[in-house]
Amino acid sequence: MFQRLTALANPTRFLGLVERLGPWLVGLTLALFAVGLYGSLVLAPPDYQQGETVRIMFIHVPAAWLAMFTYALMAVSALGTLVWRHPLADVSAKAAAPLGAAFTFLALVTGSLWGKPMWGTWWIWDARLTSVLVLFIMYLGLIALWRTIEDPTRAARLAAILILVGTVNLPIIKFSVDWWNTLHQPASVMRLDGPTIDPSMLWPLLVMALAFTSLLTTLHLYAMRNEILRRRIRSLGLAAAAGTAS
Amino acid sequence: MTGLLGPHAGFILASYAITLAVIAGLILWVRADHRAQRARLAELEARGVRRRSAAARGEAAAATATAAPEPRP
Amino acid sequence: MSDAPTERAAPLLAPLAALYRRELRLAVRIGGGGFMGVLFFLIVVTVFPFAVGPDMNLLARLGPAVLWIAALLATLLGLDRLFEADRDDGALDIIVGSGQPLELVVLVKCLAHWTATGLPLVLATPFFALFLAMEPLVIGATMLTLAVGTPALTFIGAIGAGLTVSLRRGGLLLAVLVLPFAVPVLIFGVSAAGAPALDPAPFATPFLLLCALTLATLVLAPIAAAAALRSGLD
Repeated sequence: MFQRLTALANPTRFLGLVERLGPWLVGLTLALFAVGLYGSLVLAPPDYQQGETVRIMFIHVPAAWLAMFTYALMAVSALGTLVWRHPLADVSAKAAAPLGAAFTFLALVTGSLWGKPMWGTWWIWDARLTSVLVLFIMYLGLIALWRTIEDPTRAARLAAILILVGTVNLPIIKFSVDWWNTLHQPASVMRLDGPTIDPSMLWPLLVMALAFTSLLTTLHLYAMRNEILRRRIRSLGLAAAAGTAS
Repeated sequence: MTGLLGPHAGFILASYAITLAVIAGLILWVRADHRAQRARLAELEARGVRRRSAAARGEAAAATATAAPEPRP
Repeated sequence: MSDAPTERAAPLLAPLAALYRRELRLAVRIGGGGFMGVLFFLIVVTVFPFAVGPDMNLLARLGPAVLWIAALLATLLGLDRLFEADRDDGALDIIVGSGQPLELVVLVKCLAHWTATGLPLVLATPFFALFLAMEPLVIGATMLTLAVGTPALTFIGAIGAGLTVSLRRGGLLLAVLVLPFAVPVLIFGVSAAGAPALDPAPFATPFLLLCALTLATLVLAPIAAAAALRSGLD
């Protein structure tokens, strides 16, 4: 696997891969969403307590899962930039940030829409909601950092450092916010004694999680392609300017 | 439809609608960004600004064409 | 040579309108428009519950105060770039020497800065009010007072920006210098915003005083900032 990663270091070869792989991924995403949505909206039974509103879970949980997964993806990319000096690592991190921010926003909004009928208010300062909000601010901060620095290579190193600092701080934030207040429903999927939710609800949830993940992968590849083109244009522009100047 | 989704149907539909909107927004942003980059790339190519590798290929092709115009059937 | 007043006024308004558009375009392209201001606003609003605790009733009472303090900090800390960017690339000297009345130039720069940063804050208020569980009436009052009050904060901050434009670390000094002048705006703003929640408290009186303050700073601040710029430059 590592050999393939270094093979991808060449942007042109990576662009070829995106051209070939892209359409297949789009097809896979659509198929997964079709099955997932059918499962979660039609097949899954209503919850005995929450009734139909439990169907919001089928998009809230995958969105929250992707919010964390994208940051982990960016952390690996940051390592790629600083440690292995992989040329596409920063492109991957910069392309992933807006996607991560969007899915975190989705997790917050769907959580709030789910909380209103169940807990009676749009927002409460409870542990998990608050740490996801802090994660959302970290994403926006990273995007702001990338937008203010002109030179991509310098921006790459600074953003990578900020991402790694964020990765170290995430568990600390999570613990301190938990200690500060906890009200959220305890984890019901990732539990030591196995998931407590009924299989009839579990499989649509897992399919929706797969659908969201493949959606993220597709968008991430295409966003990376855009970023590579943007950097090519920038270097071409600079070269042209330098050419005419000399 | 709302009868089917129980008393809080509005919240369920709203959350699915917002999810659809955000995902559609992401897809449109990626496609629009791609078209913009392609357009600027084409404009740069039109102005004759070549990448080093493309330029090398360009001269090589031009050289072979002028040097040995093979008789084509 | 008795040209109609509009022609005489035109040479005055046209360059100022051009300056306004230039400032707006610069603020949106480089400063990312209101993005940084709104992000800073979100951070201040998020930090309060961590300090005060997650109790919603307490936060609801503090709501208007939190939003006003966040707006005050966001405005003051965002203002040190008002003249500094132009001073760095020499545009300030051209503007000062351009014969346009400096007071009006400062006024236009303040309005452009408020449109780019102050206005997004006001528009984002309802969203942040959700985090503080404020009732709709209080949210409306807070938005109204912020819409009227934030220009006053920008004008007062402009005086500080004028004073600290030539200094190296002007940002924090600016906030310290002008914070005392912003106290009345804060007092009337928060009391007017919080009035709907405490029924007997009047809304009109503090609100009208806030409007008076904004109009006063609209006139005084450009004069003071222009004087500061002139004396600071030569």
